[in-house]
Amino acid sequence: MDILRLITAGSVDDGKSTLIGRLLYDSKSILSDQLAAIEKQSKNKEKGEIDLAILTDGLRAEREQGITIDVAYKYFSTPKRKFIIADAPGHIQYTRNMVTGASNCDLVIILIDARKGVIEQTRRHSIITTLLGIPHIVVAINKMDLVNHSEETYNKIVSDYKKLQEQLEIKDAIFIPISALSGDNIVEKSKNMSWYKSEALLEILENVKLNNDINLTHARFPVQYVIRPQTNELHDYRGYAGKISSGIFKKDDKIIVQPAGIKTSIKKIEINNKEITEAFAPQSVVLHLQDEIDISRGDTITKEENSPAITQDLEVILCWMDTKPMEIGNKYLIQHNSKQVRGTVKNIDYKINVNTLEKESGYSSAQLNDVCKVTIKTASPLAVDAYKTLRTNGGFILIDETSHVTVGACIIQ
Amino acid sequence: MWIAFEKMSKYYLNYLEQLESEAIHIMREVAGQFEKPALLFSGGKDSITLVRLAEKAFRPGKFPFPLVHIDTGHNFPEALNYRDKLVAELGEKLIVRKVEDTIRTKKLTEPKGKFASRNALQTFTLLDTIEEFKFDACIGGARRDEEKARAKERIFSVRDEFGQWDPKLQRPELWNIYNGKIHKGENVRVFPISNWTELDVWNYIKKEEIKLPSIYFAHERECVVTSENQLVAVSHFIRIDANDKIVKKKVRYRTVGDMTCTAAVESNASNIDEVVKEIEASRISERGETRIDDQVSEAAMEDRKKGGYF
Repeated sequence: MDILRLITAGSVDDGKSTLIGRLLYDSKSILSDQLAAIEKQSKNKEKGEIDLAILTDGLRAEREQGITIDVAYKYFSTPKRKFIIADAPGHIQYTRNMVTGASNCDLVIILIDARKGVIEQTRRHSIITTLLGIPHIVVAINKMDLVNHSEETYNKIVSDYKKLQEQLEIKDAIFIPISALSGDNIVEKSKNMSWYKSEALLEILENVKLNNDINLTHARFPVQYVIRPQTNELHDYRGYAGKISSGIFKKDDKIIVQPAGIKTSIKKIEINNKEITEAFAPQSVVLHLQDEIDISRGDTITKEENSPAITQDLEVILCWMDTKPMEIGNKYLIQHNSKQVRGTVKNIDYKINVNTLEKESGYSSAQLNDVCKVTIKTASPLAVDAYKTLRTNGGFILIDETSHVTVGACIIQ
Repeated sequence: MWIAFEKMSKYYLNYLEQLESEAIHIMREVAGQFEKPALLFSGGKDSITLVRLAEKAFRPGKFPFPLVHIDTGHNFPEALNYRDKLVAELGEKLIVRKVEDTIRTKKLTEPKGKFASRNALQTFTLLDTIEEFKFDACIGGARRDEEKARAKERIFSVRDEFGQWDPKLQRPELWNIYNGKIHKGENVRVFPISNWTELDVWNYIKKEEIKLPSIYFAHERECVVTSENQLVAVSHFIRIDANDKIVKKKVRYRTVGDMTCTAAVESNASNIDEVVKEIEASRISERGETRIDDQVSEAAMEDRKKGGYF
């Protein structure tokens, strides 16, 4: 059994929380006491329907306003898979929370209200999911019950989305007509839309192939912590602890410690205190090296082939996530895996207009939720990869040095 | 095709191994980023799981943090015995701070009533302990599947100097990059098993053959039947009234909290395999079945967390 991490995206009231509630309900993953609590609160009780969105709106402010403010995580399993669902907010002002939920997902469900079709938030979320490199996209056209389950309406929206898909160079997208409220095509195939011949949503989620999503060719091991017991019997023990972010490491492999570029080889690999001859992503292990060299947290162990770029100049797509604007020339703390360096924004090359997808130049600042291409210079070199090649080594965050808040997400080009 | 599959499967982690690696990564981030971290240890299965993960993250070295038990004084004796034995075996440092002492020195009001719980007072002792030792990060065994406010929390959850959680203003948390930068006086609560479900924890305990306090397995016990039909162990921490219905049942605990606010479940499961089977078949949630304090209000947990609870 493996894990599928997925997120639901879409505008306010497109039914994201209802969809998740429905998936959990129809797959019998809601437990009786949780169901009783939802029933007690459901506004639609007189109609005999329960409000499944309540299940994920876990904060008082969310229940009061009937909206999702921050990501809620839900869990369920079928015999085939364990699912981790991030229920993300639809409001533009909470886009940063959507980015949080999307950043390590394998699959995104983009919900479109069948009555409204492709709108600004559909574009925004599609752009973000493309930028974040989520490997699998399902476009679910929801509320089909409100358009008389019309195949024509569905086809029109699919063809509209395909234009966006082409612009964003999204390779594969799976389309499905659903009604989250009434459960059509969620767990069971809908009787109301016999014209839809493909799988129900849950089957799609169960069958998406994930094996190829982990990169096993570009070896990267960011050092998190050095284990040095310094006891009598373990006097010379010096192990580099971390999680292999991509690739495979074997005993005796020649390695390079970046960004310093020091070469040595692997003397020993340990997992759970036991020696093994080979380790791969995403295992957490301890590496021992042949030579005694200066290595500390923030260094990356790589191999000669498929090596990362060692650079102080970064071209990135930036999602700005703070209410305080980002101005050219501002300095930030950069956190790239376990490495922290200072950096400054040299230039804003352009902003992406999320409606037209046009690149607009001439800006000197970025506002909350802006997506722009910027150039960043770091105080010391980083070992990085293009996000498209290596999602696990191609992203970093910007931290405001005075507030300590995470203010930007950067995707290396 | 089968050959190709075989080849790939050599580099494949199943879901428990993935969760384990993620949790170890988080623990090591704590060690790498903070000056004075601590691991909050209650003697329950989730914190016991954290201890196993810490062993995997840091052995043969010492843990880069002490275990900290915020002791309400309403513990199951079995859990306390287990705690002391475990700490001795591990050779790690244990810090115990008692809610009773906080009640005395801070002149707090003891809750009254039948099942008077010190759960809420625990927060005072926790915050005092954080201040006393200047802890900047506290690792806890909370899981997002436990409760709907917890489902919202980040893995690195920043708390202000009063220990408060602001759910409407959480830091973005991208990829596997955790921002532990804080101001003096603030602290971070870290939840390495956020993405584990109750069943995942049980399956991990089974796979790792982790020993648990005996109360997790079926045993005979005298219990009071509550108005909600829950079974609460007879102890001198609760008030027994004349018309209370007292029964002797074969029970086990699904969670181990205070004796005053944790209910037992009827069970014949006397070993880990049987427990896993029961949890798999259960149609009621862990907290719903066993916690008395969460039934007070819809937002009970959210409010406690905002006040500094972990």
